Amino acid sequence: MTTSLETDICGTRLRNPTMLASGVMGETGDSLLRVAEAGAGAAVTKSIGLEPRRGYPNPTLVELEDGYINAMGLPGPGIEAFGEEMSVALKGGIPIIGSLFAAIPEDFVTLAVRMQEYGASAIELNLSCPHAKGYGMEVGVDPEAVASIVRQVKAAIDIPLWAKLTPNTHRLLDVAKAVEGAGGDAIVAVNTVKAMAISVEARRPVLFNRTGGLSGPAIKAVGLRCVYELYEAVDIPIIGVGGAETSRDVLEYLMAGARAVQIGSGVGRRGLGVFQAACGGLLRYLEEHGLNSLSDIVGVAHVQ
Amino acid sequence: MFSEAVKIEQRVEEGKGITTLRFPMGAKVRPGQFLMVWIPGVDEIPMSVSFIGALAGITVKEVGEATRALSLMKEGDVLGLRGPYGNGWQLPPGRVLCVGGGVGMAPIMTAAEGMADRTRVDVAIGARNAGEIIFEGRARRASDDVRTTTDDGSYGLKGTVVALADQMMREKRYDVVLGCGPEVMNRYLLKACKQHSVPCQLSLERLMKCGAGLCGSCVIDGLRVCADGPVFTGEQVERMTEFGRWKRDDAGLRVSL
Repeated sequence: MTTSLETDICGTRLRNPTMLASGVMGETGDSLLRVAEAGAGAAVTKSIGLEPRRGYPNPTLVELEDGYINAMGLPGPGIEAFGEEMSVALKGGIPIIGSLFAAIPEDFVTLAVRMQEYGASAIELNLSCPHAKGYGMEVGVDPEAVASIVRQVKAAIDIPLWAKLTPNTHRLLDVAKAVEGAGGDAIVAVNTVKAMAISVEARRPVLFNRTGGLSGPAIKAVGLRCVYELYEAVDIPIIGVGGAETSRDVLEYLMAGARAVQIGSGVGRRGLGVFQAACGGLLRYLEEHGLNSLSDIVGVAHVQ
Repeated sequence: MFSEAVKIEQRVEEGKGITTLRFPMGAKVRPGQFLMVWIPGVDEIPMSVSFIGALAGITVKEVGEATRALSLMKEGDVLGLRGPYGNGWQLPPGRVLCVGGGVGMAPIMTAAEGMADRTRVDVAIGARNAGEIIFEGRARRASDDVRTTTDDGSYGLKGTVVALADQMMREKRYDVVLGCGPEVMNRYLLKACKQHSVPCQLSLERLMKCGAGLCGSCVIDGLRVCADGPVFTGEQVERMTEFGRWKRDDAGLRVSL
Protein backbone atom coordinates (compact mmCIF):
# COMPACT_ATOMS: atom_id res chain seq x y z
CA MET A 1 0.00 0.00 0.00
CA THR A 2 1.34 3.43 -0.86
CA THR A 3 1.44 6.35 1.52
CA SER A 4 -1.24 8.87 0.79
CA LEU A 5 -2.23 12.25 2.13
CA GLU A 6 -5.79 11.87 0.88
CA THR A 7 -8.40 12.76 3.37
CA ASP A 8 -12.16 12.77 3.53
CA ILE A 9 -14.32 15.30 5.34
CA CYS A 10 -17.89 13.96 5.40
CA GLY A 11 -17.83 13.01 1.75
CA THR A 12 -15.59 15.80 0.44
CA ARG A 13 -12.41 14.15 -0.81
CA LEU A 14 -9.20 16.15 -0.52
CA ARG A 15 -5.89 15.20 -2.15
CA ASN A 16 -4.18 16.40 1.04
CA PRO A 17 -5.31 17.81 4.39
CA THR A 18 -4.18 21.40 3.81
CA MET A 19 -6.81 23.93 2.92
CA LEU A 20 -6.83 27.65 2.28
CA ALA A 21 -8.57 29.38 5.20
CA SER A 22 -11.34 31.85 4.51
CA GLY A 23 -10.40 35.50 4.24
CA VAL A 24 -7.09 35.02 2.47
CA MET A 25 -6.87 35.29 -1.33
CA GLY A 26 -10.44 34.01 -1.61
CA GLU A 27 -12.23 37.00 -3.07
CA THR A 28 -11.58 36.32 -6.76
CA GLY A 29 -11.74 33.20 -8.91
CA ASP A 30 -8.23 33.66 -10.25
CA SER A 31 -6.64 33.85 -6.82
CA LEU A 32 -8.48 30.70 -5.70
CA LEU A 33 -7.17 29.08 -8.88
CA ARG A 34 -3.62 30.01 -7.90
CA VAL A 35 -4.12 28.42 -4.49
CA ALA A 36 -5.21 25.21 -6.22
CA GLU A 37 -2.09 25.35 -8.41
CA ALA A 38 0.01 25.92 -5.31
CA GLY A 39 -1.06 22.53 -3.96
CA ALA A 40 -3.79 23.13 -1.40
CA GLY A 41 -6.18 20.21 -0.89
CA ALA A 42 -9.17 22.55 -0.89
CA ALA A 43 -9.87 26.26 -0.71
CA VAL A 44 -12.41 28.19 1.30
CA THR A 45 -13.74 31.37 -0.29
CA LYS A 46 -13.79 34.77 1.32
CA SER A 47 -17.00 35.02 3.37
CA ILE A 48 -19.73 36.14 0.99
CA GLY A 49 -22.87 38.03 2.02
CA LEU A 50 -26.04 39.07 0.26
CA GLU A 51 -24.85 42.45 -0.99
CA PRO A 52 -21.54 43.97 -2.09
CA ARG A 53 -19.69 45.34 0.93
CA ARG A 54 -16.71 47.68 0.95
CA GLY A 55 -15.32 46.69 4.33
CA TYR A 56 -13.52 49.11 6.62
CA PRO A 57 -11.15 51.86 5.58
CA ASN A 58 -7.44 51.27 6.26
CA PRO A 59 -5.62 50.47 8.45
CA THR A 60 -7.18 47.04 8.21
CA LEU A 61 -4.05 45.06 9.04
CA VAL A 62 -1.37 45.15 11.71
CA GLU A 63 1.66 42.97 11.19
CA LEU A 64 3.27 41.49 14.28
CA GLU A 65 6.33 39.31 14.67
CA ASP A 66 4.20 36.20 15.16
CA GLY A 67 1.01 37.03 13.33
CA TYR A 68 -1.43 39.64 12.14
CA ILE A 69 -4.37 41.54 13.55
CA ASN A 70 -6.92 42.28 10.85
CA ALA A 71 -10.20 44.12 10.71
CA MET A 72 -11.10 43.98 7.05
CA GLY A 73 -14.81 44.26 7.90
CA LEU A 74 -16.02 41.49 5.60
CA PRO A 75 -15.56 43.21 2.24
CA GLY A 76 -16.85 41.24 -0.71
CA PRO A 77 -18.71 41.42 -4.00
CA GLY A 78 -21.94 39.85 -2.71
CA ILE A 79 -23.44 36.52 -3.71
CA GLU A 80 -24.80 37.69 -7.08
CA ALA A 81 -21.44 38.69 -8.53
CA PHE A 82 -19.59 35.81 -6.88
CA GLY A 83 -21.00 33.25 -9.30
CA GLU A 84 -18.54 34.33 -11.96
CA GLU A 85 -15.62 34.02 -9.53
CA MET A 86 -16.77 30.52 -8.53
CA SER A 87 -16.87 29.32 -12.13
CA VAL A 88 -13.22 30.39 -12.50
CA ALA A 89 -12.22 28.94 -9.12
CA LEU A 90 -13.69 25.52 -9.95
CA LYS A 91 -11.27 25.14 -12.88
CA GLY A 92 -8.59 24.43 -10.27
CA GLY A 93 -10.00 20.96 -9.77
CA ILE A 94 -9.96 21.05 -5.97
CA PRO A 95 -13.04 21.32 -3.74
CA ILE A 96 -14.09 24.94 -3.26
CA ILE A 97 -15.83 25.55 0.04
CA GLY A 98 -18.22 28.49 0.06
CA SER A 99 -17.89 30.62 3.19
CA LEU A 100 -20.96 32.69 4.03
CA PHE A 101 -21.93 35.40 6.49
CA ALA A 102 -25.37 36.69 7.36
CA ALA A 103 -27.27 37.94 10.40
CA ILE A 104 -30.37 35.74 10.24
CA PRO A 105 -31.07 32.09 9.28
CA GLU A 106 -33.21 33.05 6.25
CA ASP A 107 -30.31 34.97 4.68
CA PHE A 108 -27.89 32.11 5.38
CA VAL A 109 -30.33 29.81 3.56
CA THR A 110 -30.55 32.11 0.52
CA LEU A 111 -26.76 32.34 0.35
CA ALA A 112 -26.16 28.61 0.85
CA VAL A 113 -28.59 27.64 -1.89
CA ARG A 114 -26.85 29.98 -4.33
CA MET A 115 -23.41 28.79 -3.29
CA GLN A 116 -24.52 25.19 -3.88
CA GLU A 117 -25.78 26.18 -7.35
CA TYR A 118 -22.39 27.73 -8.07
CA GLY A 119 -20.75 24.36 -7.46
CA ALA A 120 -19.34 24.64 -3.94
CA SER A 121 -18.36 21.26 -2.46
CA ALA A 122 -19.47 22.34 1.00
CA ILE A 123 -20.69 25.38 2.87
CA GLU A 124 -18.72 26.95 5.70
CA LEU A 125 -20.83 29.18 7.93
CA ASN A 126 -18.86 32.14 9.25
CA LEU A 127 -20.19 32.24 12.81
CA SER A 128 -17.01 33.72 14.13
CA CYS A 129 -15.66 36.89 12.48
CA PRO A 130 -14.76 39.14 15.46
CA HIS A 131 -14.92 42.52 13.73
CA ALA A 132 -18.15 42.96 11.75
CA LYS A 133 -21.09 44.38 13.62
CA GLY A 134 -24.15 42.12 13.59
CA TYR A 135 -22.35 39.22 11.92
CA GLY A 136 -19.93 36.40 12.65
CA MET A 137 -19.08 36.09 16.30
CA GLU A 138 -22.06 38.20 17.36
CA VAL A 139 -24.27 35.41 15.98
CA GLY A 140 -21.96 32.52 16.75
CA VAL A 141 -21.68 32.58 20.54
CA ASP A 142 -25.32 31.67 21.16
CA PRO A 143 -25.90 27.89 20.88
CA GLU A 144 -29.61 28.27 20.18
CA ALA A 145 -29.14 30.85 17.43
CA VAL A 146 -26.42 28.69 15.89
CA ALA A 147 -28.61 25.56 16.03
CA SER A 148 -31.40 27.42 14.28
CA ILE A 149 -29.11 28.58 11.46
CA VAL A 150 -27.55 25.14 11.00
CA ARG A 151 -30.93 23.38 11.01
CA GLN A 152 -32.47 25.67 8.42
CA VAL A 153 -29.46 25.75 6.10
CA LYS A 154 -28.98 21.99 6.36
CA ALA A 155 -32.63 21.44 5.30
CA ALA A 156 -32.13 23.61 2.21
CA ILE A 157 -28.94 22.10 0.74
CA ASP A 158 -27.55 18.71 -0.24
CA ILE A 159 -23.84 19.46 0.20
CA PRO A 160 -22.08 19.17 3.58
CA LEU A 161 -22.41 22.01 6.05
CA TRP A 162 -19.45 23.15 8.14
CA ALA A 163 -19.58 25.70 10.95
CA LYS A 164 -16.55 27.88 11.68
CA LEU A 165 -16.49 28.81 15.35
CA THR A 166 -14.93 31.51 17.46
CA PRO A 167 -12.57 30.94 20.38
CA ASN A 168 -13.77 34.23 21.90
CA THR A 169 -16.31 32.56 24.17
CA HIS A 170 -16.45 30.24 27.14
CA ARG A 171 -19.26 28.43 25.33
CA LEU A 172 -17.25 26.96 22.44
CA LEU A 173 -18.18 23.39 23.31
CA ASP A 174 -21.86 24.26 23.79
CA VAL A 175 -21.91 25.95 20.40
CA ALA A 176 -20.17 22.95 18.79
CA LYS A 177 -22.67 20.54 20.35
CA ALA A 178 -25.46 22.76 19.03
CA VAL A 179 -23.98 22.50 15.53
CA GLU A 180 -23.77 18.72 15.81
CA GLY A 181 -27.27 18.44 17.29
CA ALA A 182 -28.75 20.52 14.49
CA GLY A 183 -27.23 18.29 11.80
CA GLY A 184 -24.02 20.15 10.99
CA ASP A 185 -21.44 17.95 9.24
CA ALA A 186 -18.17 19.41 10.55
CA ILE A 187 -16.67 22.00 12.88
CA VAL A 188 -13.98 24.41 11.76
CA ALA A 189 -12.04 25.81 14.69
CA VAL A 190 -10.89 28.47 15.29
CA ASN A 191 -11.46 31.91 13.78
CA THR A 192 -9.23 34.76 14.91
CA VAL A 193 -8.85 35.86 18.52
CA LYS A 194 -10.28 39.30 19.21
CA ALA A 195 -7.36 41.65 19.72
CA MET A 196 -6.01 45.18 19.47
CA ALA A 197 -2.84 47.14 18.69
CA ILE A 198 -2.04 50.57 20.05
CA SER A 199 0.51 53.00 18.67
CA VAL A 200 2.40 54.72 21.46
CA GLU A 201 3.51 57.52 19.13
CA ALA A 202 0.03 58.18 17.77
CA ARG A 203 -1.63 57.45 21.12
CA ARG A 204 -4.49 55.56 19.50
CA PRO A 205 -5.48 52.11 18.26
CA VAL A 206 -3.89 51.35 14.90
CA LEU A 207 -6.86 49.61 13.24
CA PHE A 208 -9.65 51.79 11.89
CA ASN A 209 -12.10 49.46 13.65
CA ARG A 210 -9.98 49.69 16.82
CA THR A 211 -10.29 45.92 17.45
CA GLY A 212 -9.62 43.08 15.04
CA GLY A 213 -8.80 39.40 14.87
CA LEU A 214 -5.39 38.01 15.81
CA SER A 215 -4.11 35.20 13.57
CA GLY A 216 -0.86 33.39 12.84
CA PRO A 217 1.54 31.48 15.11
CA ALA A 218 0.49 33.75 18.00
CA ILE A 219 -2.78 31.80 18.27
CA LYS A 220 -1.70 28.27 17.40
CA ALA A 221 -1.71 27.19 21.03
CA VAL A 222 -5.27 28.48 21.42
CA GLY A 223 -6.42 26.69 18.28
CA LEU A 224 -4.82 23.44 19.39
CA ARG A 225 -6.51 23.60 22.77
CA CYS A 226 -9.89 24.24 21.15
CA VAL A 227 -9.52 21.38 18.66
CA TYR A 228 -8.38 19.04 21.44
CA GLU A 229 -11.41 19.88 23.58
CA LEU A 230 -13.80 19.73 20.63
CA TYR A 231 -12.52 16.27 19.69
CA GLU A 232 -13.69 15.00 23.06
CA ALA A 233 -17.00 16.87 22.92
CA VAL A 234 -18.36 16.05 19.45
CA ASP A 235 -18.25 13.12 17.02
CA ILE A 236 -18.43 15.06 13.74
CA PRO A 237 -15.12 15.84 11.97
CA ILE A 238 -13.06 18.83 13.07
CA ILE A 239 -10.99 21.01 10.76
CA GLY A 240 -8.22 22.81 12.62
CA VAL A 241 -7.21 26.37 11.88
CA GLY A 242 -5.07 28.91 13.68
CA GLY A 243 -1.38 29.58 13.08
CA ALA A 244 -0.50 26.39 11.22
CA GLU A 245 2.34 26.94 8.73
CA THR A 246 4.60 23.91 8.75
CA SER A 247 4.10 20.16 8.54
CA ARG A 248 4.84 20.05 12.25
CA ASP A 249 2.04 22.50 12.97
CA VAL A 250 -0.30 20.41 10.83
CA LEU A 251 0.76 17.26 12.69
CA GLU A 252 -0.01 18.95 16.00
CA TYR A 253 -3.53 19.79 14.81
CA LEU A 254 -4.07 16.27 13.44
CA MET A 255 -2.88 14.74 16.69
CA ALA A 256 -5.24 17.05 18.61
CA GLY A 257 -8.05 15.58 16.55
CA ALA A 258 -8.38 17.59 13.35
CA ARG A 259 -9.12 15.73 10.10
CA ALA A 260 -7.70 18.58 8.01
CA VAL A 261 -6.00 21.93 8.63
CA GLN A 262 -6.62 25.34 7.14
CA ILE A 263 -3.81 27.80 6.47
CA GLY A 264 -4.41 31.54 6.15
CA SER A 265 -1.78 33.81 7.65
CA GLY A 266 0.89 31.34 6.59
CA VAL A 267 0.23 32.35 2.98
CA GLY A 268 1.23 35.91 3.79
CA ARG A 269 4.15 34.97 6.02
CA ARG A 270 5.63 32.14 3.96
CA GLY A 271 4.11 32.55 0.51
CA LEU A 272 1.96 30.22 -1.55
CA GLY A 273 4.56 27.47 -1.26
CA VAL A 274 3.32 26.91 2.29
CA PHE A 275 0.88 24.16 1.19
CA GLN A 276 3.38 22.07 -0.75
CA ALA A 277 6.05 22.47 1.92
CA ALA A 278 3.68 21.29 4.65
CA CYS A 279 2.51 18.33 2.54
CA GLY A 280 6.08 17.29 1.76
CA GLY A 281 6.86 17.18 5.46
CA LEU A 282 3.68 15.23 6.23
CA LEU A 283 4.50 12.61 3.63
CA ARG A 284 8.02 12.20 5.02
CA TYR A 285 6.62 11.85 8.53
CA LEU A 286 4.18 9.13 7.48
CA GLU A 287 6.89 7.24 5.61
CA GLU A 288 9.42 7.50 8.42
CA HIS A 289 6.87 6.13 10.86
CA GLY A 290 5.60 3.38 8.58
CA LEU A 291 2.10 4.84 8.41
CA ASN A 292 -0.12 4.50 5.35
CA SER A 293 -2.58 7.27 5.97
CA LEU A 294 -3.29 10.34 8.00
CA SER A 295 -6.19 8.70 9.80
CA ASP A 296 -3.57 6.77 11.77
CA ILE A 297 -2.55 9.94 13.59
CA VAL A 298 -5.79 11.88 13.92
CA GLY A 299 -6.49 12.31 17.62
CA VAL A 300 -3.53 10.26 18.87
CA ALA A 301 -2.67 12.95 21.41
CA HIS A 302 -5.72 11.93 23.42
CA VAL A 303 -3.72 9.58 25.59
CA GLN A 304 -5.24 7.86 28.57
CA MET B 1 9.29 43.14 7.66
CA PHE B 2 8.80 45.78 10.28
CA SER B 3 6.26 48.16 11.72
CA GLU B 4 7.46 51.43 13.12
CA ALA B 5 6.50 55.01 13.76
CA VAL B 6 8.85 57.59 12.26
CA LYS B 7 9.21 61.34 12.60
CA ILE B 8 9.35 63.33 9.38
CA GLU B 9 12.74 65.08 9.20
CA GLN B 10 12.42 66.79 5.85
CA ARG B 11 9.60 67.95 3.65
CA VAL B 12 10.36 68.99 0.08
CA GLU B 13 7.92 70.32 -2.50
CA GLU B 14 9.00 68.61 -5.70
CA GLY B 15 6.39 70.10 -7.99
CA LYS B 16 2.82 71.20 -8.21
CA GLY B 17 0.94 69.15 -5.60
CA ILE B 18 3.88 66.73 -5.33
CA THR B 19 5.67 66.46 -1.98
CA THR B 20 8.55 64.36 -0.67
CA LEU B 21 8.69 63.34 2.98
CA ARG B 22 12.01 62.07 4.33
CA PHE B 23 12.48 60.10 7.55
CA PRO B 24 15.06 57.85 9.18
CA MET B 25 14.14 54.19 8.72
CA GLY B 26 15.72 51.03 10.07
CA ALA B 27 14.56 48.55 7.46
CA LYS B 28 16.51 47.76 4.31
CA VAL B 29 14.61 48.53 1.12
CA ARG B 30 15.26 47.40 -2.45
CA PRO B 31 14.48 49.67 -5.40
CA GLY B 32 10.85 49.23 -6.47
CA GLN B 33 9.52 48.12 -3.10
CA PHE B 34 6.79 50.00 -1.25
CA LEU B 35 5.65 50.85 2.26
CA MET B 36 2.19 50.91 3.81
CA VAL B 37 2.05 54.44 5.19
CA TRP B 38 -0.33 55.22 8.04
CA ILE B 39 -1.53 58.75 8.54
CA PRO B 40 -3.04 58.42 12.05
CA GLY B 41 -6.71 59.25 12.07
CA VAL B 42 -6.95 59.43 8.27
CA ASP B 43 -5.98 56.33 6.30
CA GLU B 44 -3.18 53.94 5.42
CA ILE B 45 -2.00 53.80 1.81
CA PRO B 46 0.74 52.08 -0.21
CA MET B 47 3.59 54.36 -1.28
CA SER B 48 6.61 53.54 -3.41
CA VAL B 49 9.88 54.31 -1.71
CA SER B 50 11.41 57.26 -3.59
CA PHE B 51 14.61 57.61 -1.57
CA ILE B 52 16.62 54.69 -0.22
CA GLY B 53 19.22 55.04 2.51
CA ALA B 54 19.54 56.35 6.05
CA LEU B 55 17.05 59.12 5.24
CA ALA B 56 14.38 57.22 3.34
CA GLY B 57 11.58 58.97 1.55
CA ILE B 58 8.24 58.78 -0.17
CA THR B 59 6.91 61.15 -2.78
CA VAL B 60 3.20 61.80 -2.80
CA LYS B 61 0.91 63.48 -5.30
CA GLU B 62 -2.38 64.91 -4.07
CA VAL B 63 -5.20 62.93 -5.60
CA GLY B 64 -7.57 62.30 -2.67
CA GLU B 65 -8.13 62.66 1.04
CA ALA B 66 -5.26 60.46 2.19
CA THR B 67 -2.67 61.86 -0.22
CA ARG B 68 -3.76 65.40 0.66
CA ALA B 69 -3.36 64.69 4.39
CA LEU B 70 0.05 63.18 3.70
CA SER B 71 1.08 66.19 1.60
CA LEU B 72 0.16 68.54 4.42
CA MET B 73 2.31 66.77 6.99
CA LYS B 74 5.11 68.82 8.48
CA GLU B 75 8.60 68.15 9.76
CA GLY B 76 8.24 66.54 13.20
CA ASP B 77 4.91 64.87 12.42
CA VAL B 78 4.60 61.12 13.00
CA LEU B 79 3.90 58.51 10.33
CA GLY B 80 3.27 54.81 10.84
CA LEU B 81 5.14 52.55 8.41
CA ARG B 82 5.05 48.85 7.69
CA GLY B 83 6.93 46.95 5.09
CA PRO B 84 8.89 47.07 2.92
CA TYR B 85 6.57 45.00 0.76
CA GLY B 86 6.73 43.73 -2.80
CA ASN B 87 9.39 42.27 -5.05
CA GLY B 88 11.10 45.37 -6.44
CA TRP B 89 12.95 45.64 -9.75
CA GLN B 90 15.30 43.02 -11.10
CA LEU B 91 18.19 45.37 -11.77
CA PRO B 92 19.80 43.81 -14.81
CA PRO B 93 23.23 44.15 -16.39
CA GLY B 94 23.45 45.89 -19.78
CA ARG B 95 21.89 49.09 -21.07
CA VAL B 96 18.74 50.13 -19.28
CA LEU B 97 16.06 52.65 -20.17
CA CYS B 98 14.09 53.94 -17.17
CA VAL B 99 10.71 55.43 -18.04
CA GLY B 100 8.70 57.35 -15.45
CA GLY B 101 5.34 59.04 -15.85
CA GLY B 102 4.46 61.69 -13.26
CA VAL B 103 4.89 60.49 -9.70
CA GLY B 104 5.76 57.09 -11.21
CA MET B 105 9.27 58.53 -11.20
CA ALA B 106 9.52 57.56 -7.51
CA PRO B 107 10.40 53.86 -7.94
CA ILE B 108 12.07 54.60 -11.30
CA MET B 109 14.55 56.93 -9.63
CA THR B 110 15.60 54.39 -7.01
CA ALA B 111 16.19 51.89 -9.84
CA ALA B 112 18.32 54.36 -11.81
CA GLU B 113 20.35 55.21 -8.71
CA GLY B 114 20.50 51.56 -7.67
CA MET B 115 22.39 50.62 -10.83
CA ALA B 116 25.06 53.17 -9.94
CA ASP B 117 26.48 53.40 -13.47
CA ARG B 118 25.55 56.56 -15.35
CA THR B 119 26.98 55.28 -18.62
CA ARG B 120 24.47 52.46 -19.02
CA VAL B 121 21.30 53.99 -17.58
CA ASP B 122 19.11 56.38 -19.56
CA VAL B 123 16.05 58.10 -18.15
CA ALA B 124 12.87 59.32 -19.85
CA ILE B 125 10.77 61.58 -17.64
CA GLY B 126 7.22 62.46 -18.58
CA ALA B 127 4.50 64.55 -16.98
CA ARG B 128 1.35 66.41 -17.88
CA ASN B 129 3.07 69.79 -17.57
CA ALA B 130 6.26 71.50 -16.39
CA GLY B 131 5.06 71.72 -12.78
CA GLU B 132 4.78 67.95 -12.51
CA ILE B 133 8.23 67.03 -13.83
CA ILE B 134 10.12 65.66 -10.82
CA PHE B 135 13.60 64.34 -10.03
CA GLU B 136 15.27 65.69 -13.18
CA GLY B 137 18.35 66.82 -11.22
CA ARG B 138 18.63 63.43 -9.50
CA ALA B 139 18.25 61.71 -12.84
CA ARG B 140 21.04 63.79 -14.37
CA ARG B 141 23.35 62.73 -11.52
CA ALA B 142 22.49 59.08 -12.17
CA SER B 143 22.52 59.08 -15.97
CA ASP B 144 24.33 60.57 -18.98
CA ASP B 145 21.18 60.68 -21.09
CA VAL B 146 18.09 62.18 -19.45
CA ARG B 147 15.22 63.48 -21.56
CA THR B 148 11.96 65.10 -20.56
CA THR B 149 8.57 65.44 -22.14
CA THR B 150 5.26 67.05 -21.19
CA ASP B 151 1.78 66.50 -22.57
CA ASP B 152 1.29 70.24 -23.09
CA GLY B 153 4.83 71.01 -24.23
CA SER B 154 5.42 73.40 -21.33
CA TYR B 155 8.76 71.68 -20.62
CA GLY B 156 11.02 69.44 -22.68
CA LEU B 157 9.54 67.80 -25.74
CA LYS B 158 5.81 67.97 -26.36
CA GLY B 159 4.18 64.56 -26.31
CA THR B 160 3.93 61.41 -24.26
CA VAL B 161 6.77 59.74 -22.44
CA VAL B 162 6.03 56.57 -24.43
CA ALA B 163 6.67 58.43 -27.70
CA LEU B 164 9.94 59.63 -26.17
CA ALA B 165 10.87 56.11 -25.04
CA ASP B 166 10.00 54.83 -28.51
CA GLN B 167 12.36 57.43 -30.02
CA MET B 168 15.16 56.45 -27.63
CA MET B 169 14.69 52.76 -28.47
CA ARG B 170 15.03 53.68 -32.16
CA GLU B 171 18.33 55.46 -31.44
CA LYS B 172 19.90 52.98 -29.05
CA ARG B 173 19.79 49.30 -28.31
CA TYR B 174 18.54 48.68 -24.75
CA ASP B 175 18.69 45.37 -22.92
CA VAL B 176 15.73 46.18 -20.73
CA VAL B 177 13.16 48.90 -20.10
CA LEU B 178 11.82 49.69 -16.61
CA GLY B 179 8.53 51.56 -16.52
CA CYS B 180 6.20 53.08 -13.96
CA GLY B 181 3.32 55.44 -14.56
CA PRO B 182 -0.40 55.53 -15.19
CA GLU B 183 -1.81 52.24 -16.53
CA VAL B 184 -2.40 53.73 -19.98
CA MET B 185 1.29 54.69 -20.13
CA ASN B 186 2.33 51.22 -19.00
CA ARG B 187 0.10 49.67 -21.64
CA TYR B 188 1.58 51.67 -24.53
CA LEU B 189 5.10 51.30 -23.17
CA LEU B 190 4.65 47.54 -23.19
CA LYS B 191 3.50 47.76 -26.80
CA ALA B 192 6.49 49.91 -27.81
CA CYS B 193 8.93 47.54 -26.08
CA LYS B 194 7.38 44.62 -27.94
CA GLN B 195 7.80 46.40 -31.27
CA HIS B 196 11.47 46.95 -30.50
CA SER B 197 11.84 43.46 -29.01
CA VAL B 198 13.17 44.87 -25.75
CA PRO B 199 12.18 43.04 -22.53
CA CYS B 200 10.52 45.23 -19.95
CA GLN B 201 9.47 45.36 -16.31
CA LEU B 202 6.46 47.41 -15.28
CA SER B 203 5.45 48.54 -11.80
CA LEU B 204 1.65 48.29 -11.50
CA GLU B 205 -0.93 49.74 -9.18
CA ARG B 206 -4.26 48.55 -7.77
CA LEU B 207 -6.45 49.34 -4.80
CA MET B 208 -4.55 47.84 -1.90
CA LYS B 209 -5.74 47.08 1.61
CA CYS B 210 -3.48 44.74 3.56
CA GLY B 211 -0.34 45.12 1.44
CA ALA B 212 0.94 41.83 2.79
CA GLY B 213 -0.37 39.28 0.29
CA LEU B 214 -3.39 38.24 2.32
CA CYS B 215 -6.62 40.01 1.50
CA GLY B 216 -6.56 39.72 -2.29
CA SER B 217 -7.93 43.21 -2.92
CA CYS B 218 -5.10 44.12 -5.31
CA VAL B 219 -5.14 41.03 -7.53
CA ILE B 220 -4.84 41.22 -11.30
CA ASP B 221 -5.73 37.83 -12.77
CA GLY B 222 -4.86 36.17 -9.47
CA LEU B 223 -1.48 37.88 -9.16
CA ARG B 224 -1.21 40.04 -6.06
CA VAL B 225 0.26 43.44 -6.88
CA CYS B 226 1.47 43.69 -3.25
CA ALA B 227 3.17 40.31 -2.95
CA ASP B 228 3.75 38.98 -6.48
CA GLY B 229 4.52 42.50 -7.75
CA PRO B 230 4.34 45.44 -7.86
CA VAL B 231 6.94 44.86 -10.58
CA PHE B 232 5.91 42.39 -13.28
CA THR B 233 7.73 41.33 -16.41
CA GLY B 234 6.32 42.29 -19.78
CA GLU B 235 5.47 38.61 -20.40
CA GLN B 236 3.47 38.46 -17.17
CA VAL B 237 1.63 41.67 -17.99
CA GLU B 238 0.80 40.49 -21.51
CA ARG B 239 -0.92 37.43 -20.07
CA MET B 240 -3.10 39.54 -17.73
CA THR B 241 -6.61 39.75 -19.12
CA GLU B 242 -7.53 42.51 -16.64
CA PHE B 243 -4.52 44.77 -17.32
CA GLY B 244 -5.52 48.02 -19.01
CA ARG B 245 -9.19 47.10 -18.84
CA TRP B 246 -10.44 46.45 -15.32
CA LYS B 247 -9.64 47.08 -11.71
CA ARG B 248 -11.37 45.90 -8.53
CA ASP B 249 -13.22 48.21 -6.17
CA ASP B 250 -13.37 48.08 -2.36
CA ALA B 251 -15.89 45.24 -2.50
CA GLY B 252 -13.80 43.22 -4.97
CA LEU B 253 -16.18 43.94 -7.85
CA ARG B 254 -14.61 44.34 -11.28
CA VAL B 255 -15.00 47.83 -12.71
CA SER B 256 -13.79 49.36 -15.97
CA LEU B 257 -10.60 51.40 -15.77
